[in-house]
Amino acid sequence: MSTTPSITHGGALEAPPRRRVPWRTAVYKALGAILVLWAAATLCFAMQELSPGNKALAILGGAGARPPQAVIEETEEKYGLNDPIVQRYGRFIGNLATGDLGTSYQYKQPVTSLIKEQVGPTLVLVFVSTLLAWLISVPITLFTAGKGRVRSSMGAGFEAFFAGVPPYWLGLVLLVVFAFELGVFPVTGGTSASALFLPALTLALPLAGFLGQVTRDEFERGLKQPFAISARARGASEGEVRRRHVLRHALLPGITLTGWAIGATISGAVLVEVIYARPGLGQVLVNAVSNQDLPVVVGITMLVALIYVVVNLVVDLLYVIVDPRLRTRKEVV
Amino acid sequence: MATAIDPTVGGLPLPGAPSPVRGRVLSRVRGLRPAVVLSAVFLLFILIAAIAPSLLTKGDPLQVNLGHSLQAPSLEFPFGTDQSGRSVYTRVIYGARESILIGIGATAVGLGVAALLGVAAGLGGKWVDGVISRLLEVLFSFPLLLFALFLVAIFGSGVSTQIIAVGIASAPGYARMIRAQVLQVKGADYVIASRALGHKPSRTLFRNILPNAFRPLVVLATLGVGQSIVWASALSFLGLGVAPPAPEWGAMLDAGKDYIQTAWWLEFFPGAAIVATTLAASCIGRYLQRRIEGETY
Repeated sequence: MSTTPSITHGGALEAPPRRRVPWRTAVYKALGAILVLWAAATLCFAMQELSPGNKALAILGGAGARPPQAVIEETEEKYGLNDPIVQRYGRFIGNLATGDLGTSYQYKQPVTSLIKEQVGPTLVLVFVSTLLAWLISVPITLFTAGKGRVRSSMGAGFEAFFAGVPPYWLGLVLLVVFAFELGVFPVTGGTSASALFLPALTLALPLAGFLGQVTRDEFERGLKQPFAISARARGASEGEVRRRHVLRHALLPGITLTGWAIGATISGAVLVEVIYARPGLGQVLVNAVSNQDLPVVVGITMLVALIYVVVNLVVDLLYVIVDPRLRTRKEVV
Repeated sequence: MATAIDPTVGGLPLPGAPSPVRGRVLSRVRGLRPAVVLSAVFLLFILIAAIAPSLLTKGDPLQVNLGHSLQAPSLEFPFGTDQSGRSVYTRVIYGARESILIGIGATAVGLGVAALLGVAAGLGGKWVDGVISRLLEVLFSFPLLLFALFLVAIFGSGVSTQIIAVGIASAPGYARMIRAQVLQVKGADYVIASRALGHKPSRTLFRNILPNAFRPLVVLATLGVGQSIVWASALSFLGLGVAPPAPEWGAMLDAGKDYIQTAWWLEFFPGAAIVATTLAASCIGRYLQRRIEGETY
């Protein structure tokens, strides 16, 4: 593998040649991710065991139902609810590893197929809003960070406001303004592109506020760094310094935090889907929670944990590839 | 940034500088950022609403008056009325108590659990620390709202579950900070000095380590109450917390959802109350943080 030592980082010429992809780190991190998922599954199982409700009753139609004793026993037998705990744990983990999430109490349908039907729109929403959040926050940082008191406090104010706004309220306000009063976007409209915009914006604005705050801090610090000064000394215009040098530097912490914020974005997606009556996992989850349909709740929780772990693994590896300095630097908190 | 000329650096008087005068409240308030003052005034207002709502409104939050249903904001009903003709303003004012209590309760639960975990991890030695740190790492893979929803699914919906669920779901974040704080304080010179003086370990723990490790909790708690209100009302909004007739902010949002097409005020004002409370709490929280770090504006 070839390496081109760069002279922009002081002393990099003497640095030992490094491979493009740090396989060792990748393998360790992947193993760690699997361990985290296993522990998360164990925790889910333990919490399910804590549930005070009778599971057979939940399967047979919730707290209101009064099925005969024989039916309860039959159900317990069928779902293996009376097996010893070790056996049930083994089965739970084994099934999980093969992608089997059990059967929904409510719909009597495999949870995996239920999730498969609904996961598409949610993933699209999460992906589009993350992208949109970056598209909103980067220009704001570029145009306001370190540009005098008025402009930077306007930018910072925008970010602080949206970072603190709960997505469900923002969603309701956007719905009223754009869908009902102005009639620009459809109120609810399944999964079409025009129906995606408002939900995505609802999720993107708080995320943009959050990312913007981090990026702004790093950007303003970057403007005073030696590399920015040396770029200015070489005759680069201020705009060029901001776009080419400082921005690149300032994006890194935001990228890590995007991985970290993916969980919050998915949580937000649940709320947003309920507000806009958009199909997806949100409706399924809320329905499952209010009917104590534990297999569905556990299934979706594990799926989100999986997405979180995978995204963070990818971000971690990208980070190491993009910026090898960070292998020795302390963690970004 | 507004910086008042202040004779202190890092909270310590400079030699020769006049000592700060305590009684002159007004001049101190003038030195603060306007946002901090505004936030403090707003939180005071919310606190009055929570403790004595009848001071701020004459109405009854549950009084149904079908003759006035779904009226837009006016002088008589500044925030409009809902489908049963109840004044939204009165309901927002009366809702402060329940929303704030749920927020404080959840934060207390969260900080309590987190303090146990954080202190145990910080002082319990390598193994305890390893186990707790791994546990926290795993808990971080469950986003707060989903974790809370999971707990609601297990224990059933209701106000007490709402408080416990939001509290426990927010505990991992606090626990990590408390652990870091305990580790930092544990290595401080005054702790070493206390040991060297031959004080009992319990004395070192309660007189030196814990008070110093818990100092930033003031900030965490202030920021946390705002966040807890947001998440707890998210649960109410999803119909999994406080049930609608009660005037809680999230429950009001849930109840108003069906009328959003015609009556925006049913959603706007309760939501604005949540947003304003959260923003004010985080502004005050950050101010307290700056104070603890030794800045005084």
